[in-house]
Amino acid sequence: MNITKTLDAKGFACPMPIVRTKKAMDSIESGEVLEVLVTDKGALNDFTAWSAASGHTILEQKEEVGVLYFYIQKA
Amino acid sequence: MVVNIWTAADVARKVIDNKELFILDVRNTDAFEDWKIDGHKFDYLNIPYFELLDGVEEILPQIPTDRDVLVVCAKEGSSIMIAEMLSDAGLTVGYLAGGMKSWSMYLEPIKVGDLSGGGELYQFVRLGKGCLSYMVVSEGEAAIIDAVRFTDVFTKFAKEKNITIKHVFDTHLHADHISGGRAIAAATGATYYLPPKDAEEVVFDYAPLEDGLTVKVGASQIDVGALYSPGHTIGSTSFIVDGKYLLTGDILFIDSIGRPDLAGLAEDWVADLRESLYVRYRALAEDLIVCPAHFMIIDELNENGTVSKRLGDLFAENHGLNVEDEEIFRSMVTDNLPPQPNAYQEIRHVNMGKITPTDEEQTEMEIGPNRCAVR
Repeated sequence: MNITKTLDAKGFACPMPIVRTKKAMDSIESGEVLEVLVTDKGALNDFTAWSAASGHTILEQKEEVGVLYFYIQKA
Repeated sequence: MVVNIWTAADVARKVIDNKELFILDVRNTDAFEDWKIDGHKFDYLNIPYFELLDGVEEILPQIPTDRDVLVVCAKEGSSIMIAEMLSDAGLTVGYLAGGMKSWSMYLEPIKVGDLSGGGELYQFVRLGKGCLSYMVVSEGEAAIIDAVRFTDVFTKFAKEKNITIKHVFDTHLHADHISGGRAIAAATGATYYLPPKDAEEVVFDYAPLEDGLTVKVGASQIDVGALYSPGHTIGSTSFIVDGKYLLTGDILFIDSIGRPDLAGLAEDWVADLRESLYVRYRALAEDLIVCPAHFMIIDELNENGTVSKRLGDLFAENHGLNVEDEEIFRSMVTDNLPPQPNAYQEIRHVNMGKITPTDEEQTEMEIGPNRCAVR
């Protein structure tokens, strides 16, 4: 997987992780991949639903020592 | 325009007073469909906040201007953002401080009725979660039944009324919410009772709550008598208060009956459930007022916000009490049950004293509706 950009949204509470992710997605090209790091547990459902609604694809997601990682491919 | 800050207590008033409210719920559709703020005259619009990041113009025509509008989310952050966007667009709206989390935690004490000798029965209505706790008050003393975990609400209430909490009961080992019973007893020196059959795995000391046990509350000696009524759990016990009120725990609700599967033994306990509902309760006076430990839908609330109804009326109207055929009954309470409450196994372990999660973890465990009933 080729990561174009990484967004560190650790420590931010809802809605900031999604707000920042959306901005970061606007700055990359279709097909490119954004890596997002989040600590807010509510993000788990929000990222899935947001991606589905906006057409982006979550290629992979994982949790490591309290940090959620999302790899989102721009539609 | 201004953004108003609403507390869960403000919302509870709207529910209890039967007022109109328009709720813009900006959580995920799944979360909204699973669990929302219910009111008799509430209208809803559910649009996840992340669909409004580019602006709220598109939904403006759907937001009424002739009544209060409240923006709600899980914790509050997104609702503040959307409320400010609506405010910038010229609307006057509010957001719920603390979001659904604070709604889940809010308790409203409401008097159910008078007891002999000047005593009173109070119901603590947890609107967001459908949990009902009780306090029997009589001349300086109190007994508490099925307390939820916000123990300071009960201890403050007792302090304001200048009463000493003497007895704390749980009708059964709860699976949908974390009990506050043990903590209240520890803080006040009261005795904490649990049915021994539900308490085989608990890791603390308790007084046995067994059939026929009667405690007297206050100088007027109000009877709180235990009646063994298994079925939701094997230990489930009801109470008759002052010969007037029947506290049914999770065995009988206003518009539904208890489910037998939350401790993993649905098939085994069906016969117990049937015996409790169709034999033991049938032998009681029909004029007893049933006070359950839960409500499931807002229609179960009385006009004053309490949840209670005459036993005789429930025999006539509650579907779960009117299934003549035992096989149909068995199938009803074991097949196609609703999903189990969120984290119900962990919640049982907390109530057994086996694990002690942080406050925040406890809040997460209790998110969502209670789902203790079969309809």
